[in-house]
Amino acid sequence: MIELRIEHALTDLDIDIGFTSEARCLALFGDSGAGKTTILNAIAGLLRPDRGRIVLDDQVLFDSATGIDLAAAAREVGYVFQDGRLFPHLSVRANLLYGAQARRRKTTQLNRLVDVLELGALLERRPQTLSGGERQRVAIGRALASEPRILLLDEPLTGLHREARVQVLNHLRLLKQELRIATLLVSHQADEVSALADDVIRLHAGAMTAHISVAEFSTEQP
Amino acid sequence: MTALSPDEWQALALSLRVATLSVVVSLPFALGLAWLLSRARFPGRLFVEALLFLPLTLPPVVTGYALLVLFGRHGWIGEGLAQIGIVFAFRWTGAVLAAAVMGFPLLVLSIRVAFDHVDRRLERAAESLGASAWRRFITIVLPLSTRGIIAGGVLAFARAFGEFGATITFVSSIPGETRTLPIAIYELMSVAGGDLGVQRLTLVALSVSFAATIAAAILGGSLWGRRRDD
Repeated sequence: MIELRIEHALTDLDIDIGFTSEARCLALFGDSGAGKTTILNAIAGLLRPDRGRIVLDDQVLFDSATGIDLAAAAREVGYVFQDGRLFPHLSVRANLLYGAQARRRKTTQLNRLVDVLELGALLERRPQTLSGGERQRVAIGRALASEPRILLLDEPLTGLHREARVQVLNHLRLLKQELRIATLLVSHQADEVSALADDVIRLHAGAMTAHISVAEFSTEQP
Repeated sequence: MTALSPDEWQALALSLRVATLSVVVSLPFALGLAWLLSRARFPGRLFVEALLFLPLTLPPVVTGYALLVLFGRHGWIGEGLAQIGIVFAFRWTGAVLAAAVMGFPLLVLSIRVAFDHVDRRLERAAESLGASAWRRFITIVLPLSTRGIIAGGVLAFARAFGEFGATITFVSSIPGETRTLPIAIYELMSVAGGDLGVQRLTLVALSVSFAATIAAAILGGSLWGRRRDD
């Protein structure tokens, strides 16, 4: 369960949004500049909203009224950035293990993730030698390997060519079934949202314009 | 040209030891200060930067005199240190201190530039994966700055190897203790018949500096794989 209410002023956008969701996969859908990534960054603790409150499964991550602001490193989120951000000096294996080591946790999921995401043949390679789709699969595996409480996906298919896009989308679908982890998906692609989300929040210019089920969302699409 | 005399060998060995140790000893401080200058905003930052670059801009003899005032046997700090058995004045350890001070700005500057070039987004990614500031520094910032750290180390080594003014002012010229290679060259120049020795040591100085630079280029390029532009 995620409960979020934030107000945040950016140079070209004022974000004022609030929602509560129990959906396993909630999509934030809107054009670029709608404030989607800002919301993910606020949940991850990489951005401090001007005002608001963020609660994840009864744990308060941020509350401006009481001064609670949990450090990003302590929030236990798995963040897949739009630009991947794999560590270039580490092998795929070391990238995957990074979060678990930082959180001093045993990784029970690693073998399963390597199987589901088909990373077995890539483990000793460096990120620079991977294709776009492979890099994104590693980024997804890295975010999940430390067993976070929520997976944040920021436009995970953007920049991939068609074939890689289909492949990564299938992997994400499979992970959704296998891992049953709460996921927040940011996207401006309707097909991606329809394929993965349970509920959808439409965003426009920093505000929520609708909170609907994916069935309603899909029928609205041209 | 004949082989090096025992005195010349002694000066060369001392210079190598002093230059190497000066870099090793100052490296942790340089890493810390470079990180502060690259990442932290704090009051008095401009003052710290100005202070850092003083050894580059001051006449070396002034730096040597300042070291004498601070770390001499009766210096502000040296007197206290002498009571616990740490003596710099007229000791090879003083030559290390002088060389470290003179090379420090170059070391910090190179490392700071390297830190500035580390993609902050990678540090944010590491933070989201649960890495503390210290872990991010050790596992992301440091390895991605290897080239700059090596380049800075070599520059500081070369500067320390050639150090003359501050050293002779602070620790004088004592054979086997503080008479480094540049000081030996300087003294041979004022001795009748010292020409050959001057030429030999000059050639040695040239070779060491050149070899260090080549080594840095090779090491810096291969430590974590060649940079890819793809």
